[in-house]
Amino acid sequence: MRAKSAFLTVAHRLAILAYIAFALFPLFWLLKVAVTPNDLLYSEGIRLWPSRASLEHFDFVLRHSAFPVFFRNSLIVSGSTAVVVTILASLSGYALSRFRFRGKYWLVTLMLLTQMFPLVMLVAPIFKILSPLGLTNSLTGLVIVYSAFNVPFATFLMQSFFDGIPKDLEEAAMIDGATQFVAFRQIILPLTLPGIAATLGFVFTAAWSELLFSLMLISGNEQATFPVGLLSFVSKFSVDFGQMMAAGVLALIPACLFFLLIQRYLVQGLTAGAVKG
Amino acid sequence: MASIDIANIQKSYGPHPVLHDVDLKIRDGEFVVLVGPSGCGKSTLLRMIAGLESVTAGEIRIAGRRVNELAPKDRDIAMVFQSYALYPHMSVARNMSYSLRLRKTPKERIATVVAGAAAKLGLDPLLERRPRALSGGQRQRVAMGRAIVRQPKAFLFDEPLSNLDARLREQMRAEIKKLHKDLGATSIYVTHDQIEAMTLADRIVAMNAGVVQQVGSPLDLYDRPANLFVAGFIGSPGMNFFEGTYHAGDRPLFETAGNIGIPLDSSAPLANNARATLGIRPEHIVLAGHGPETLLATVDLVEPTGFGIILHLSLGRSGFKAFTNDRSFLTVSGTIPVHFPAHSLHFFDGEGNRV
Ligand SMILES: Nc1ncnc2c1ncn2[C@@H]1O[C@H](COP(=O)(O)OP(=O)(O)OP(=O)(O)O)[C@@H](O)[C@H]1O
Ligand SMILES: [Mg+2]
Repeated sequence: MRAKSAFLTVAHRLAILAYIAFALFPLFWLLKVAVTPNDLLYSEGIRLWPSRASLEHFDFVLRHSAFPVFFRNSLIVSGSTAVVVTILASLSGYALSRFRFRGKYWLVTLMLLTQMFPLVMLVAPIFKILSPLGLTNSLTGLVIVYSAFNVPFATFLMQSFFDGIPKDLEEAAMIDGATQFVAFRQIILPLTLPGIAATLGFVFTAAWSELLFSLMLISGNEQATFPVGLLSFVSKFSVDFGQMMAAGVLALIPACLFFLLIQRYLVQGLTAGAVKG
Repeated sequence: MASIDIANIQKSYGPHPVLHDVDLKIRDGEFVVLVGPSGCGKSTLLRMIAGLESVTAGEIRIAGRRVNELAPKDRDIAMVFQSYALYPHMSVARNMSYSLRLRKTPKERIATVVAGAAAKLGLDPLLERRPRALSGGQRQRVAMGRAIVRQPKAFLFDEPLSNLDARLREQMRAEIKKLHKDLGATSIYVTHDQIEAMTLADRIVAMNAGVVQQVGSPLDLYDRPANLFVAGFIGSPGMNFFEGTYHAGDRPLFETAGNIGIPLDSSAPLANNARATLGIRPEHIVLAGHGPETLLATVDLVEPTGFGIILHLSLGRSGFKAFTNDRSFLTVSGTIPVHFPAHSLHFFDGEGNRV
């Protein structure tokens, strides 16, 4: 019996390990190419690790390319979008979860509808709308567009988190002497932190990796975000893989940091103990 | 503390009426228990008093003041939820003091009051814990504690003990009774549990389908149920009913639908040949006798409960139950004599109302 269960445990672990290896291999390759000096890139193409590793690509990317600008632009755009969307989605998600109001059904339908169009279809009209407003080639324009696209889904996400919090809690708070808004702020919001963290993370990564609109709405390096910037490593005659991958590795850092920061909220079930069950 | 007047309250959810013309005056310091089958509107009534549901028609007054339009926080009542609804991100002490902190009560006063309530409920060692680290019974106590830290005008309880096991329920029931004696607070208590209703209530309000059926002391409802619903609802095992016809005369007789004649010791307040329902509680049936008023009942089943014995009997086609403490009935079979004493009989007319 013991032997069998030990065997199952080992098999289980192996399966997980295989999955992780499969999922992380592209990331590993990214890192590997980033540290491979140019002269070894093709000659040692299929080796798991180059015979000589160097940080020259990182050095070049950081000091001689426009990458730091892209990076800063991306941080501004993604951070602002994440904050704006999360605030809007918290309020509207709460309303959808708790209030009954006229037109709610149609509002939800409309929001779902906006999620059904391929973005490509919308590029031209959005460009037309933004350009007389002076919002093309501007980070603000990008934040507005990204926010508009992310609010519906983020709202549904937040609504589901609010739905998971028993209504009794707010009612108890209101009987204890709180207004609806105080109950929201002091009781509900703290319990929704995992949801808020998830929404922040989701929107941040979505904005961080968005390419299409950035490409269409931004011209020139000054306002370009990092995914567009990556393309600048592709020249007419060659692709500078080493520098491109080094930039890619650097671009992973904020996303990783961000998730490290919020992971303690993501894994925690904060409502445990509220009600019997 | 305060009185609560409920005047011709109605409640509808859209087109669906849930409460019809509920009229109830609750005196200062009274303990009123709402009972009734699931879905009859008990929680709805309680939540309307708390201000969590709007009032469709009628008026609610707390301490003489109309509160229909008042937000829950301005009504100054406390409520214990069936789910306890403890704030999971706050310690026990902070859960209990939340209402006081919202009212900007001075810190020293909060500390004293919380310590007092904790001592009363045996929560002292748990004050720094989060609700998640408490047992069901402890959570229940915290919910009680949260209600008693301030002196509200009234306490509302919505099935506060229904999530506890039988033993704990018994214990908490006694503690709630003691608390009420100490605090003397006006209380409205919703329950499914007969014993809770009987033991706690100054008055019981029996409801069915959004209509108040009877209001009275527990023994009132037990001894003189106003109609068939209350008669069947109060008491366990429930009252036996026989439908049939009343025959007046020198030797009054109740003839059941199965043509069994039940001789009556004295005449009933019914017209001759009136259709009626006769009711008798299982514990009031006498399992002996030999006179003309004695009937022979068939024993279908014997259920020992430890405390007593429930006998499933039948007269012709009508089955009924009898309850006895006499252990010699554990082994009965065949037929036994039964007698329905006149003073234990209840008669209900065609509409189901007591006569
Ligand atoms: N928000 C609502 N919308 C529509 N109908 C409702 C709503 N809340 C309650 N009801 C209906 O009102 C009736 C009374 O409900 P209520 O919760 O007061 O019953 P209850 O007596 O407390 O039952 P239980 O003993 O099961 O708790 C039920 O028929 C229920 O379906
Ligand atoms: Mg209820």
